This record gives sequence, C-alpha cells and structure tokens, in this order.
Amino acid sequence: MKSLRILPWILAGVLIGLGWLLPGWSRFLLTLALARGLVVLGVALLMQAGLVSFGQGLFFAAGAYAVGFAMKYGGVRDAFLATALGALAGLGIAALTGLLLARYRGIFFAMLTLAFSMILYGILLKAYTITGGTDGLRIAPPAFLGHVLPEEHAGIGQYLYTLACAGVFLYLVFRYLESPLGYAVRAVRDNEVRVEYLGLSVSRVLYLTYLLVGVMSGVGGALSALSIGHIVPELAYWTTSGEFVFVALLGGTGSVFAPFIGSALFEFIRTYAYKYAPYTWQMLLGFIMLAIVLFMPGGIWSLSTSIPRRVFGWRWFWKPEA
Amino acid sequence: MVTFVSFSRHCLSWGLIFVLALAACAPPATPAPTVALTVPPATPTVAAPAPTPTAAPAGPTPTGAPPSPTPAVPGAPAALKIGIVTFLSGPAASPFGVPARNAAEVLIENLNAGKVPAPYNQKGIGGVPIQAIYVDEAGGAEKQVAEFRRLALEEKVNLVIGYISSADCLAVAPVAEELKVLTVLFDCGTNQIFEERDYKYVFRTHAHQVIENVGAARYILRAKPNLRSIAGINQNYAWGQDSWAAFRDSVKKLKPDVQVVGEHFPRLYAGEYSAELSALLAARPEVIHSSFWGGDLESLVIQAAPRGLFQQSIVVLTTGDTMLPRLGRDVPKGIVIAARGPHGALAPKTPLNDWFVKIYKDRYVVRPVYPSYHIAQAILGVKAAYEKAIAANGGKWPTQDQVIAAFEHLEFETPSGVIRMALGKGHQAVEPVVLGITGDFDPAIGEVKLTDVIEFPAECVNPPDGMKTPDWIAQGFPGAKCP
Repeated sequence: MKSLRILPWILAGVLIGLGWLLPGWSRFLLTLALARGLVVLGVALLMQAGLVSFGQGLFFAAGAYAVGFAMKYGGVRDAFLATALGALAGLGIAALTGLLLARYRGIFFAMLTLAFSMILYGILLKAYTITGGTDGLRIAPPAFLGHVLPEEHAGIGQYLYTLACAGVFLYLVFRYLESPLGYAVRAVRDNEVRVEYLGLSVSRVLYLTYLLVGVMSGVGGALSALSIGHIVPELAYWTTSGEFVFVALLGGTGSVFAPFIGSALFEFIRTYAYKYAPYTWQMLLGFIMLAIVLFMPGGIWSLSTSIPRRVFGWRWFWKPEA
Repeated sequence: MVTFVSFSRHCLSWGLIFVLALAACAPPATPAPTVALTVPPATPTVAAPAPTPTAAPAGPTPTGAPPSPTPAVPGAPAALKIGIVTFLSGPAASPFGVPARNAAEVLIENLNAGKVPAPYNQKGIGGVPIQAIYVDEAGGAEKQVAEFRRLALEEKVNLVIGYISSADCLAVAPVAEELKVLTVLFDCGTNQIFEERDYKYVFRTHAHQVIENVGAARYILRAKPNLRSIAGINQNYAWGQDSWAAFRDSVKKLKPDVQVVGEHFPRLYAGEYSAELSALLAARPEVIHSSFWGGDLESLVIQAAPRGLFQQSIVVLTTGDTMLPRLGRDVPKGIVIAARGPHGALAPKTPLNDWFVKIYKDRYVVRPVYPSYHIAQAILGVKAAYEKAIAANGGKWPTQDQVIAAFEHLEFETPSGVIRMALGKGHQAVEPVVLGITGDFDPAIGEVKLTDVIEFPAECVNPPDGMKTPDWIAQGFPGAKCP
C-alpha cells in the first residue's frame, strides 16, 4: 500500500500536463469544472450530513461578487487576494446564515438555503448602480503576485491556479472527513439523537461543516469569476443552485473526487449537448438525470465498485481494515 | 462511508478513468494545424440544406452553375464558417431568437445560391459559400463564454455573429478580443460596449438601445408640445432601467418642466400587471413609456386595453413592432410604436427590403420583425466588408486584419436602409429611428396600419463618436442635427 502514496502526485502531474495538452476551449471547460467542483464538493459534504442545499448559489455569487467589487471599487487585481476575499465573503455569509440553518433539517433546510440565495439574487438585481444589474460586472484578467500573464499564457495560468486551489480543498475535505468531526457529520445523518447522547453538539458539528462549505463555495465563485471574466446575478439564481445538486447526484457522494468528476462530466456533456442538440439540449440533460437516478443512484462514482464486480466477480480493491 | 478510507487507491482507479474520459471527450490536443479533420465535418443542425434546386426560373440564371467548390478568389477557404449564436430555447427564443435564426437561415441560403439582389448578387461571400453553425444562447453568460471559446478553438469558425442579451455581449466581447476572432454583435441593447473601451475584433451592426428612447422623446414632444407629465412601466433589469432612464432624461432635457408621475419596474416575465396599471390609471400621465418586449409586451397591451389606458394616455412602446403581426386586429388605436430603428412595419420601401420580406414570408408565413432585420444587417455587413477587403487586396482572399480594416467606417446597403459604422472608432453602427401611431386594421396585411410616421435621422438620435450616451443626453444633445 505504501507505493500507492505517490498516486495523488501522479494524478496531479497528469492534470498539470493536461493543461498543456488540451486545446484552449477544453482547458477552459476543465478550469470551470474545477471551480464549480468546489461548490459541488460543498453540496456533497452537506449530503454526507443528510442535508440537501438548494442555495449553494448564495456562496458562489458572494465569492464572485466579492471579486467583482474588489476589482471595480478597490482596484484589486491579484488572484490570491481576490480568492481570499471570495473565501472571506463565503465565510462571512455562512457564519451569519449558519446560525439559523444549523437548526433545520430536511425540506426546511433546503427551502431556507434557497430563500437566502434568492434574497441575494434580488439584491444584486435591484442595486443596479452598484452591481450593474443584469448586465453584470466585468472582471479584468487577474495578476499573479503583480504579474499579469500575457494572453497566450493566461488560460494555462488560471487553470493551474484553479487546480491548485481545488487540490488544497480536496485534501482539506478528505482530512476533515477522516477526522472525528467528519465521522460525526456522517453520524448525524444516521442518527442525530444518538450523536447528542454521545456528548457531541449536533448543531455545532453542522455549523462548522457549513462554514467549511461556505468558504469552499466562495472560493469556487471567485475562481470561476476570474476565469470567465464577467459576472451576472444569475449566479445566485435557484437554477444555478439546482445545477450544483444535479452535478452532485451525477458524480455521486461516494468520494471526494466524485464531485469533480461529476462537474467535469457535466461541463463536457452540456457542451456536446449544445453542439449536437442545440434545440433540445435541456431535454438531453433531463434524460441523463433520469437515467442516473434510475440506474445509478450512487452517481457515476458507483461504477468504481459495480464495474469490477460485474466483470470479474470480485472487488477491485480489498478492504484494508477487513 | 468506507470509500473515504484510502485517498490513494481512488487516485489510481478514478484518476485514470477521469483522464481517459477527458481524452475521449477532447479532440487531439496539440494544435496540429495540419490535421484539418479534427473539426467535425459539418454540424448536424446547420440550416443550409443542400442548395435546394427549386428550379427558380425567375432571374437571369445564365449558366446552370453547378455547386462547384472551386473558390472564385485565390487563397479562399472552401467555405466561410460562421458561428451564429441566438436564443433557441427559453423565453427570449420565440420573440427574438427564432425570428433572427430564421432570417439568417433563409438569407444565407439565398446568398449561397446567389439569389440576393444587387449589390449582394455574388454567390456566398466573394464566391465562397457560407457555412452556418447555430448555437443556443440560453444558459447564461458563463456558458456563452465557454461556447464562444469552443466555436473559436474547436469549430475554428472564421467569425461569430451573435448575442441578444446584453450580459452575453458584455461577457463575450473581451473574450473575442483575447482570442482575436472577428465577432459581430447583432441585437444586444446596451450602450456600454463601445463607450467603455475600444475593440479591434468586435463590431456591432445595429444601433444601441438609447436611440429609440431619444427618438421616442422627440416624437412625443412633437405630437404634444405642451406635455406636462410622463410615467414609465419597464421590466426590472438593465434593459428596462436603461431604456426608461434614457427616455425620462431626454424628455426632461428637451422640456424641463415635465413631471414624472410614476416609475414602475415589474419583474421580468411577470405577465400580470394589474397593480401597475391601476397606479398608472390613477396617476393620469399624459404619456406612458414602456420598453417591454415579447410575451410581457403582449400581456401588457391585452391587460391595459379593457381598462381604457390607451384612451387616457399616449403609450409609447419602443419595441412595439414585434406585437403587430401577432396581435393583428387586437392592437388598440393610438399607440406610438417603434422598432429599434427602421425595421419591420417601419422599414424603408426599397427593393432590397421588399425582397427580404418576401423570401422570409414565403418560408415562414409571418413577416420579419426587428431581430430578423438586425441579423440581416450583421450578415450583409460581413459580406460587404469581406468583398471590400477582397477588392482592396487585388482580388485575393483577405486576412482577418484586412477584413477588419474594411469593416471599420463601412457603409452598406441593408433591408433597413444604409447602415453606417460611425461610432466606436468605426465599430458601432448608427441607425435612424422611425416611429408611428397605430391606426385602423388593414386586412390586406393582417396588421394595423401605422400613421404619422416620422423618421429621425441617425445624426439626430446618436451621440457623436467618442461621447458617452448618458453624458450626451445630460449635456443636451450637442451636435444633434434634427429636421
């Protein structure tokens, strides 16, 4: 098993190499997929606790608009500072809304998150002179420690930066889920009362998780704003949040990698649906969702166990603890 | 969740599958300029159905010119690939996106067949056939940026014509500049694009949204020189807010003692306006301005008519032309109608316009509306620019820079009259504004007739080059030459 330790580095190397190998448009899609994958990872993390968030667009838009305002009114061009601001915006909003949300479960949680994101949408829409209304705000290409990359390298620079941020959060979430707190999150889903009897505060566990999710989604918003170069209030609209839930179900919640795989798959499916079915692409996405729910309730990730079992009749990997 | 146990082993299996999947999705990575086959041969949805040999006895048809791909121009590609982006789904599809796509489809077909009247009677563009790739504009600015990159880098289109939503125009224009792809914006309204920065690769072949509101203000003050009160009902987003601000400020500049007695901003796609209509009926403004479009516009008119709003106030509808063919005899009398320029029922009576209306009606039964005119302007502008560049290049196929040089400050014939690329250093078109008042129903055309039609020339309703439109209005229209 020791030799497997280097595998994350090989994967990282392959992904970095893809930055050079892929043509510009698919590298851009992959950048977007990684940025949005962070938000989906947040959705999946909340699903671990048995909570479905239909308002992830709240943090996504907050992170994006933090970057937009900092650029427009503060003259901030640095990508690191912009990302930090996005994280801070996500954290701040999660800290406020989390106080209320940590008390609710199920449909109430879903509806409240949706309500908060729609409040932000309304504000972004109506504060026309500040936010630019539906026309949105323009985001200039970012600088990295004072260097604005030349146009031919800007795409790859942003890809690598997004990849690095995604990697950091991926590792953080992985460690988080291995920590006692992470086990508590899953225990909450299984039996909340028992967790309380064990002496843990359920609402504190959920509040801390919610903070992490807020930061992650804020960073996702900031990163996607930097790579797209234009932000609109639609980022906080409920359909955007619904899309994140869609992607979380598509990828599955079986692993920290699943949201990113789902996200990349979604971006490419959508692009090809646009290309080959410009009149019916929404229907195509609907059929895919239907197929996932009917045949693969665990998402794409469930293939990692079901394919080897079907084909070879054995599990691909043995359980180390068994 | 046992699956969270080992970080590493998941890297192995899924990392590889992920990479393989990506590799399968993406076309061969490296630029590979030699391999032209990486681009799928033709999009499945491309309109241009094989050059329909529908006999077409009319016209000269000197030789039975077989559809030979031999380019008339040395150095020309086999086909000029144009990405056309317009709403094919969503609420903006039926009023704007599909009429635009239909016009593009029928116009490109006729261009490729060489059946367009002079000066566009050369086949395709400089003899090179046009290959159109249609893309849906729905999905938001983020998706459109990604789609634009795909069009430019994967489909390798020669140029992109597109965008109805202002947010999409604003998001895509900097990307066009970054990727150095000639891009013609065909319908979006915002005046920001060329007033905020200069572009080299981006053109807009129609006037921005401010002009019809300035024109509406001038029209109203001509009809009612003693105007005392105005009110507005506009959709609550950038289009509605900007349109109302331009109209209100223009009226107040031209006649400072006019009172604003109501500003209503119902939600976009609200569809139900009884509260706002009651407020407007109570406020009794002499003139009501609205930039509603599509289904919202039709709902507003249908709901306002039985309440007597059109008898009480003069209502100005800046995109009103689109509802004329749809509502037919239900359009009330006495409404001031504009069409974002000389389009639709307000288009000039020229042979080119008559031809355009005829081919459109023959195919789609209804008449073209202003988005159809806008996309025709974009396509014909591109053709005029390419052919001018070919002539300037000694008959050889031009480079993109030569096309851009030819496009700047170009004047070209369209169904909407002559379009001049006068603003934004030659990248932004100016258009005149035409307004009229609805009259009696004319069964011959299936629409109400427009009376008291007045045209305000482009010099009257467009700011001079280099001046921002809000400043121009605030300073009292310096340089405006009005009849």
